[in-house]
Amino acid sequence: MSVILLIVLIVVLVVLVIFAIVTYNGLVKRRNDTEEAYRQIDVQLKRRYDLIPNLLEGVKKYFRQEQEVLTQVTQARSRAMQPQSPGAQAQSEAQLSGAIGSLFAVAENYPDLKSDRVMLDFQEELSSTENKISFARQHYNDSVGDYNTKIQSFPAVIFSRMMGFTEREYFEAAGPERESVTVSYD
Amino acid sequence: MDRGTFRERIAVNRRNSVFLILLFLAFVAVFGYVIGYAWIGDPKGALFGLGLAFVVGAISGLVTYYGGDRLVLAASRAKQVTHEEAPVLFNVVEEMAIASGLPMPKVYVIEDSAPNAFATGRDPEHATVAATTGLLRKLDRDELQGVMAHEMSHVGNFDIRYAMLVGVLVGTTVLISDFFLRGLWFGGGRGGRSEGGGMVQLIMMVVAILLAVLAPLFARLLQLSISRQREYLADASAVRLTRNPKGLADALAKISGDREVLEVANRATAHLYIANPVKSFEKRAKGIFSTHPPINERIDILRSMETGGIPETVG
Repeated sequence: MSVILLIVLIVVLVVLVIFAIVTYNGLVKRRNDTEEAYRQIDVQLKRRYDLIPNLLEGVKKYFRQEQEVLTQVTQARSRAMQPQSPGAQAQSEAQLSGAIGSLFAVAENYPDLKSDRVMLDFQEELSSTENKISFARQHYNDSVGDYNTKIQSFPAVIFSRMMGFTEREYFEAAGPERESVTVSYD
Repeated sequence: MDRGTFRERIAVNRRNSVFLILLFLAFVAVFGYVIGYAWIGDPKGALFGLGLAFVVGAISGLVTYYGGDRLVLAASRAKQVTHEEAPVLFNVVEEMAIASGLPMPKVYVIEDSAPNAFATGRDPEHATVAATTGLLRKLDRDELQGVMAHEMSHVGNFDIRYAMLVGVLVGTTVLISDFFLRGLWFGGGRGGRSEGGGMVQLIMMVVAILLAVLAPLFARLLQLSISRQREYLADASAVRLTRNPKGLADALAKISGDREVLEVANRATAHLYIANPVKSFEKRAKGIFSTHPPINERIDILRSMETGGIPETVG
C-alpha cells in the first residue's frame, strides 16, 4: 500500500517539476521576445538616422527656398543621436518625427513636386521609415502585452514573481509625438 | 473566430502538421500494401507495394519541404525583386515583418495584370511573399499593406508549411492512385496463381480501386476545408498587424471586383493565393469545393471590425 502511495507521490512530483520547467521556459522565451522587440525599435531609429542625410541630399535642390525646414530636420537628427536619458530620448525622437512631418507639409505647397519621381521616392522612403518605427513600437507593445498577461495568469502567477519575472512597461507615445500628428499647414 | 494568441495558433498548426504527417504515412502504408497485394497477388507483393509507396511519399515529401517554394515560384513565373526595383512593395513587406516580429521574407513579383498575392516557404526563416504587378498597380498603399499583412500572417502562423504539407499529401495520393488505375487499364495483375490467394487478391483489388478513386477526393476536400479556415484567421491576424481593417477590406473588394484571370495560377497553387485566382470556379461552387471562403463574407467581417475595433486585444 505504501509503495503505491510512494509511486503516486513521485509521479505527482515529476509532473509538477515538468510543468514548472515548461512554464519557466515559456516565460523566459516571452521575456526575451520583449527584449528583442525593444532592440528592434532602436534598430529602426538608427536606420532613420542613417537614412536622413542621404535622403535630404537627394532633394536638397527642391527646397532652396525652404532652407530652415531642412535644417530643422538635420538639427533634430543630431539632437536625437546624442546620448541622453530615455525620457529626453523619446522627446527628441518625437521632435525629429515632427520636423519630418513639417517637411512633408512644406512639400505639399509645391504642386509640381507631387508628381516628381525623386520627390515621390523620397517621401515613400521617409514615411516608410516612420512607419517602421511605429510598427516596431507596436510589436514591442504586443509582446509586452503577451508577456504581462502570461506572468499574471494562473498558474504562472504563483511563482513568476519569485523567479524574478516582473511586468514590463508599455511604450507610450511622448507628448510631442502626439503633437506631430497635427502638423500646421501655414 | 480569432481566439488565442499567435503562439497558440502556431502550436495548433505544428500539432496539426505532425498529425497530418502521421495520417499521411499510415494512409500511404495501407494504400501501398493493398495495391501491392492486388497487383502481385501475395503478401510479398504487398510488402513491395508498401515499400514503393513509402519511397514515393518520402521523396515527394522531402522535395516539397526543401524545394516546394521554388517549385511554386517557378510555376507562377515569379521573379525576385530588390528594394530598388519595387520600393513600395518592399517597404510595405518590411513594415509588416517588423510589426509581426518576423524575419524579412524574400519578395517576388509576378508579371500579371490580375491582382493577387501569396506566401510560401517551409518556415518564417525561409519564407517568400509574392505579388502580381496588377496588385501593385491597382491597390493604394494602405490596401497593399493589408494584403501583405495577410500574407505575413500566413508566414507567422506556419500556414505556409502546412499548406505545403497538405499539397504533398494531395499530390502523392493522386500520383499513387493514378499510377495504380493506369496500370489497371493496361492489363491487370499477374496474379491468380493459387486459388486461395486469388480470392484475397480479388478483395484487395476491389479495396484498391475504391481507395484509388476515393482517396484523392478526400485528400482534396481536406485541403479545401483547411485552406478556407486559414483565410479567415489570416484576415483577422492581418488587422492585428496593421490596426486598419479598412485597408484589407478595400483591397479584397478591389480584387474581387477585378475581372482579369490570373493566368499563372492553377489548381495546384490556387489555395495559396489571397483570393481565389480561378474565378469561374469560385462562382460555380461556393461550398465544399472552394479553396477560399466567399470573399464578400470576408469583406463583411472586416467592415464590422472598422466600427467594432480590433478583433483581438493586446495579449
